[in-house]
Amino acid sequence: MNRTEPLILGIESSCDETGVGIVRGTQLLVNAVSSSMEEHVRFGGVIPEIASRAHLDAMVPTLRAALKEADVTLADIDAIAVTSGPGLAGALMVGVCAAKALAVATGKPLYAINHLVAHVGAALLDESLGAVSPGDLTAGNDGGLVVGNDGGRPGRFENIGALLVSGGHTEILRVGSIAEDVELLGSTIDDAAGEAFDKVARLLGLNYPGGPAIDALARTGNALAIKFPRGLSVPKYMGTPAEPGPHRYDFSFSGLKTAVARCVERFEAEGQQPPVADIAAGFQEAVLDVITAKAVLACRENGISTLLLGGGVAANSRLRELAQQRTRAAGIRLLVPRLSLCTDNGAMVAALGAQLVMRGVRPSGIAFVPDSSMPVSSISL
Amino acid sequence: MLILSIDTSAIASAALLRTVPASDGVKASAAVVGSFATVDTRSHAEVLVPGIQSLFGDAAVEGPALDAIVVGVGPGPFTGLRSGIAAARMLSFVWNVPLHGVMSLDALAWDVSHNGYRAQDQDQDPTTGPPPPDRNPAGGDFLVATDARRKEVYWARYSQDGTLLAVPHVGPAAELPALPAFGAGAGLYREDLLARGCTVPDAFADAQPTAASLGLSAAVGLVDGGRLLASSPLYLRESDAKVPGPRKRAL
Repeated sequence: MNRTEPLILGIESSCDETGVGIVRGTQLLVNAVSSSMEEHVRFGGVIPEIASRAHLDAMVPTLRAALKEADVTLADIDAIAVTSGPGLAGALMVGVCAAKALAVATGKPLYAINHLVAHVGAALLDESLGAVSPGDLTAGNDGGLVVGNDGGRPGRFENIGALLVSGGHTEILRVGSIAEDVELLGSTIDDAAGEAFDKVARLLGLNYPGGPAIDALARTGNALAIKFPRGLSVPKYMGTPAEPGPHRYDFSFSGLKTAVARCVERFEAEGQQPPVADIAAGFQEAVLDVITAKAVLACRENGISTLLLGGGVAANSRLRELAQQRTRAAGIRLLVPRLSLCTDNGAMVAALGAQLVMRGVRPSGIAFVPDSSMPVSSISL
Repeated sequence: MLILSIDTSAIASAALLRTVPASDGVKASAAVVGSFATVDTRSHAEVLVPGIQSLFGDAAVEGPALDAIVVGVGPGPFTGLRSGIAAARMLSFVWNVPLHGVMSLDALAWDVSHNGYRAQDQDQDPTTGPPPPDRNPAGGDFLVATDARRKEVYWARYSQDGTLLAVPHVGPAAELPALPAFGAGAGLYREDLLARGCTVPDAFADAQPTAASLGLSAAVGLVDGGRLLASSPLYLRESDAKVPGPRKRAL
């Protein structure tokens, strides 16, 4: 197997995107995605069974399209990587069973990959962020994304932070080494941020997905008109740097969502039209204020000087703006991969698989069990 | 021809079969040359593909000289059912082997009409020897039922020789017609079925569809160039998702 620039095929099916990506080392060859989002619109959120059914039908066509676009054959591939968790159990099963069959039919090694760590790996594929190919490493690359003091092994992240915000996740990670050392610093204790956007969008009569709809409407509203609560931000949860509280880097959006509902109802009870633009702006500010403040706090208190943004909510213009302002003020470098790499995709799975191959990590075999709540400390199975 | 059969409509199973073409007035036939099956119904994603690989050994890497893959398309619990179809579709794609779907309950019907029922029928006189192999001596139509969970069964009605008479259904056991009922779905709801006037033969009260029997039921049709189903799953139920109604108000 080529361990310097391995050709890796990645499969993703943890939510509503069927993704097949192919990378060579840190070079992106193809990122084919088939989404079932349209089928979830009328429900206002992802329906796991509908997503799983769509994965089954999209898997082989997406693989076929990826191979064609990248102009590679299965025989050329060095290894296969598949998301084994966290994610929707039924959805994961489709990708995992397909990937196992692919591994057996081709005789290629299979890596069972952590979806959240793969989001971090996505950044390696965006050349505009300064990711360097393994061949460049000997040149020093102190300005590049890929840094390491262990002899400059390919693609190594050294102590960066990752803020992952999507419909299914809201997490802050510390990435000591993408292939070996990832730690969960904080996460949501109830809804994911993107899920809160979807639910509030519905309250305000907006379409699914809620993120883009609220982002657009909020631009016409006054974020200060209505003050919404910032979850888990009071001292009893935050504590102090010396004595951190129980949820110092954690998030909660459930109470915020209820606050929005009550707010809308109050206006309606008084026979008034709710000021939806102001509500959207106030809600969005409450979510993003906490997210960015806690992410920066986590970076400062954990010696992290580079923060990577990932997940579908990275598309939110206000999140980008706030994250940019606050990281700059704190002297933290912010990396935002292009959106097609931020949302769920197979290329990021392949990118992490490539890192594992390059570092000589053993493949997972074909007997592993997908884990819908796979912890980030488990980078591969 | 060499056939790989896969079924995950209840347990996870796979089998390799070789067919013998018709000659000198002897009908075409098929024999199982290797098989794998679980007992439990909830481990498909981890054990199915290793089970398939065990049938081929190292030959899997070379792409075995398969002529066809058949896969049980259910009905069966969704997540397990998809495991087999996802694997079968991928193998078919990589190996470039034609893929055919077979209704999973046909596997049990095959067992009933071709061997198991008669051979283990408690009323059978042992001195008369083995029965003709392709007749259901219970006579008349019979039912096959598997566990559909949620207090329901997947079921279908077959004629005496194992021919499917109507599309499969999902529903409470208490709504089945009064006929002999075979399979784990019948064993699970024995009381309901007996109350309906069904009989529930013990020998089949925990029987599940297997890839081996599924392959046997499909093999002759394949040899004759017959058309089987596509590999689309027979879910029989929609997802439970409901389009949300107006929100509940607290004020």
